[in-house]
Amino acid sequence: MNRLVWRRWKSRIMVGLMVAAVVVAVAPLLLILGTLIARGAGSINFEFFTALPVPAGETGGGVAHAIVGTLMMVGVAALIGLPIGIGAGMFCAEFPRNRLATVARFVADVMNGTPSIVIGVVAWTMIVARQKHFSGLAGSVALAMIMIPMVMRTTEEMIKLVPHSLREAALALGYPRWRTSVSVVVRTCLPGIVTGSLLAIARVAGETAPLLFTALGSQYMSRDLNQPMAALPLTVFTYATGPYDDWHRIAWATALVLIMVVLTLSLLARLATRQRFDVRQ
Amino acid sequence: MTAIHPDRAAGTQTTPPETALEARDFSFSYGPRQTLFDISIRMQARSVTAIIGPSGCGKSTFLRSINRMNDLIPGAGYRGEIRVAGMSVFDPGTDLVTLRRQVGMVFQRPNPFPKSIFDNVAYGPRLNALVPRREIPEVVEQCLRQAALWDEVKDRLDQPATGLSGGQQQRLCIARALGNRPDVLLMDEPCSALDPIATQRIEELIFELKRQYTIVIVTHNMQQAARVSDMTGFFDAGRLIEFDVTTQIFTAPKHERTEAYITGRFG
Repeated sequence: MNRLVWRRWKSRIMVGLMVAAVVVAVAPLLLILGTLIARGAGSINFEFFTALPVPAGETGGGVAHAIVGTLMMVGVAALIGLPIGIGAGMFCAEFPRNRLATVARFVADVMNGTPSIVIGVVAWTMIVARQKHFSGLAGSVALAMIMIPMVMRTTEEMIKLVPHSLREAALALGYPRWRTSVSVVVRTCLPGIVTGSLLAIARVAGETAPLLFTALGSQYMSRDLNQPMAALPLTVFTYATGPYDDWHRIAWATALVLIMVVLTLSLLARLATRQRFDVRQ
Repeated sequence: MTAIHPDRAAGTQTTPPETALEARDFSFSYGPRQTLFDISIRMQARSVTAIIGPSGCGKSTFLRSINRMNDLIPGAGYRGEIRVAGMSVFDPGTDLVTLRRQVGMVFQRPNPFPKSIFDNVAYGPRLNALVPRREIPEVVEQCLRQAALWDEVKDRLDQPATGLSGGQQQRLCIARALGNRPDVLLMDEPCSALDPIATQRIEELIFELKRQYTIVIVTHNMQQAARVSDMTGFFDAGRLIEFDVTTQIFTAPKHERTEAYITGRFG
């Protein structure tokens, strides 16, 4: 009897500890969101999304150039990074013992731990130094280099989670291996791959360091990927480190916009890939 | 396919009965470990052959060699020959897709795709383009009827297959295999994950299916082997010890080892 009571208490203590862990984990997030809303929401209006910055000293203006820049650069980075990352992840999952796969896995793990500023310097050396000018495209390439190892590793892990029995079922029906892989295995874990891709997109959308060396930032509207481009994190950086109160206000609001852009992207993609059928057996 | 089964196309039975599946001195090894030794066996078309034997005796390995599912395992090697409807399974010229279309497989655990009931059965016909696209619903219905599942699912074909019960899922997997219009159906302990009532339904189904298909069933359940099969092969330690008419095996086995196994003295 006594033992039973102790067991029940042990269970309660453990659950309590885990709840505490969840609270501690979520608290900073809520704190950040709360601060951003408190400090930034007041400055957000229609003009903020549509207008360009005004010279220092004047009030008003917006960050339309940075929104466009971020969407374009992250979009191009996703176009480059997702196919390569997902393809490489599929290869590593399909041929786990292959030498190339082993090397790729190792390199990806190292790259996942590489500070993003290093990636920025690499992109600078590869593109900016050769072309002799900063460009949005160089920024996209830097962001793609960050995305590829992330997407590759999550894709591989997601594919590995698909029960082997499903693969066997498809093969036994006469599916060639590539079709089994694409239309059964990848289709089954597509929501997981999409989630991984979104996390990667969200991560690079907030990257500042690699863009400092590549896209540089700009005060003007630039839709030309061959020119320096503005981006939301760069704008936050510039305004937050500037000397004017009005700039700080804009920095808060821009940070809030950045979070909202990322959140909207995630929600949209989540809705689009909502899973109809459960994989569990 | 008609070239391979001229008499079947004409709807007549020839004597002696045609051989649907034949293994000749077939040996199999995983890397250095040999698991099957010189298996020679011959199965008639439209018959049920049960393969029994203690765990690890190689019966599943043999079954999975017939549609070359063992190809997936690194280090798999073989000697000898298996022929399905006259086609050599291991011939380099043999197309795996054609082979696996002709030799359907049902696994130990039901493994429907996480898709609708309809899509599960339509997988094979769609892949192999056996019929024009608009006739696929008919094929699906026919396969589900053959698998004795139609009445239970006809009103919810668009529902997820994973929502069916275990027994229904297994019959769905049988229907899915039938969608390819195979000649041979391999069943790897198809009832081991099912309850007795679901098991009985599958056994009745096997009895129905043998009018059209050649069935090879691996089972741990000796009553099941006795109930459903015409012929029984007893495997032990990678060798085919005895292969005979089922009643013979269960009433008067010739080999001492077989008798020990079926009377439950080992295994």
